[in-house]
Amino acid sequence: MNKLLITGIIIISVLSIIAVFAPFVAPHDPNNIDEASLLTPPSGKYLLGTDQLGRDILSRMIYGARISLSVGLIAIGIATILGLILGSLSGYYGGILDNIIMRFTDIMLCFPTFFLILAVVAVWESSIFNIMVIIGLTSWMGVARLIRAEILSLKEREFIQAEKAIGASNLRIITRHLIPNAIGPILVNVTLGIAGAILLESGLSFLGLGIQPPTPSWGNILIEAKSTLGVAWWLTVFPGLAILITILGFNLISEGIRREL
Amino acid sequence: MLTYILRRLLGIIPLLLGITLISFFIIHLAPGKPTTMQEAMNPKVSLEVRERLNKLYGLDKPIHIQYINWLKMLLRFDFGRSISDGRPVTEKILERIPVTLTINILAMFLIFLIAIPLGVFSAVKSGSVFDKITTVFVFIFFAMPTFWLALLAMQFFGIRLGWLPISGIKSLDFEYFSWWKRFLDILWHLALPVAVSAITGLAGISRYMRHNMLEILNQPYITTARAKGLPERTVIYKHGLRNAILPIITILGLSIPGLLGGSVIFESIFALPGIGELFYKAVMMRDYFLIMAEVVLGALLTMIGNLIADIGYAYADPRIRYGK
Repeated sequence: MNKLLITGIIIISVLSIIAVFAPFVAPHDPNNIDEASLLTPPSGKYLLGTDQLGRDILSRMIYGARISLSVGLIAIGIATILGLILGSLSGYYGGILDNIIMRFTDIMLCFPTFFLILAVVAVWESSIFNIMVIIGLTSWMGVARLIRAEILSLKEREFIQAEKAIGASNLRIITRHLIPNAIGPILVNVTLGIAGAILLESGLSFLGLGIQPPTPSWGNILIEAKSTLGVAWWLTVFPGLAILITILGFNLISEGIRREL
Repeated sequence: MLTYILRRLLGIIPLLLGITLISFFIIHLAPGKPTTMQEAMNPKVSLEVRERLNKLYGLDKPIHIQYINWLKMLLRFDFGRSISDGRPVTEKILERIPVTLTINILAMFLIFLIAIPLGVFSAVKSGSVFDKITTVFVFIFFAMPTFWLALLAMQFFGIRLGWLPISGIKSLDFEYFSWWKRFLDILWHLALPVAVSAITGLAGISRYMRHNMLEILNQPYITTARAKGLPERTVIYKHGLRNAILPIITILGLSIPGLLGGSVIFESIFALPGIGELFYKAVMMRDYFLIMAEVVLGALLTMIGNLIADIGYAYADPRIRYGK
């Protein structure tokens, strides 16, 4: 294990623990309105200050970590499963199926992801669930191409021939032998993907098209930061730092795995 | 070369169909009709008016007929009329292009100007303090959400220091300026957006450049050049840099989807009248024809960018041209 990988894993583990135990870690109720302290700077009572409604920023950020991490994990979970299925079918069976799937992948790659997501959000309701699904449905192409290329290079090798000779099913060959052999590059892709999904979600929420208040997310806290620009620096600095550190954590893991390969 | 280009051009046809199909059906499979928004804003709309509206936009026909009609319109570069103000969508988009284009070209120019030397020096002096510091910075900026950097810059340079305007593209008294002052005024307004966009874009390109350069400096022909007794400068800049820089040029084509997507957030933060901001408004208003048009155009631009990148690659590298 190299230093990058370890640093990344530490960052993400700490964040995950905070997110999972949010109710115990957060000093205040994230939606509790304290009318006596609207927009107060960081202080002993409110460590990272309060917003326009007097809600504790630290607690909102801690609950926001839940949103960011779960959107990242579930969206990329969907994308990875889709990518694995489509990529394996394409690489393993080849022929016309391969042609169709790869054409479809090319088409999906043409769309600027953010445009596609916004278009979908415009016509469907923007709930957390929808956002996860949309990001998932628009980010599977990398994994699909990767696994296809990997299978193409592996499927004529002796150990696969041997598996076939002893009568192993196609499903077993794909899931037990082909996919595990490509696990390294897939992990690099997955961690980068999670970082990308978190960035997408925060961008969407920042535009007011993602996670809807009062549910706190790092992106929608920054909406308030924009409307109080020049008045409340703590509203801008802290949620942005949280996004930066999270993305950095996943990128470090990704780079760390790449160096281990 | 010609056969390669022809083959690639033929490959476009299924892509085009796929792009239009997806753009169309995302919008039309959603619950509610595009005209619902227009009706919702006006309670007086009667059933009769609603039917007339549906007829006007062709929404009373079966969905596949609607798709074919829309395709026919696309062939004439007619994207329909905007639901929010009734103007032709094409016109609305065309008037927004200069702003987005200017910002991206300026930002790209800055990026290449800084990222290429940065990447080259990091590679040449790999392992040095300079390399280590730039690597750390690049890593941090790579993880930085653009809109956050924009907010910080607005807060610091726009409000705290008061040096730069934080929104819009021209001053209030723009109309009274001479052309020279107008030019400066626009540049002054673009300074912050362009700088922020360039800084976040820098990271990726300089990393890529460093990687390319390192790879090339390890090639046998570089050793040969050194063995011939060529001065180190010639080896690095003539034999190394020229080869490392080629793939970077094609990055231009490949960065189109990211730039377009980014422009939505970017232009709405700085209130710049570009196509990103138009798209954002269209989404907020549920302006279906405008949304479909922008999605299709975004995908088309990406496709053309990829194509140019591939052809550029094939032009530079014969192995691709003759392969397969």
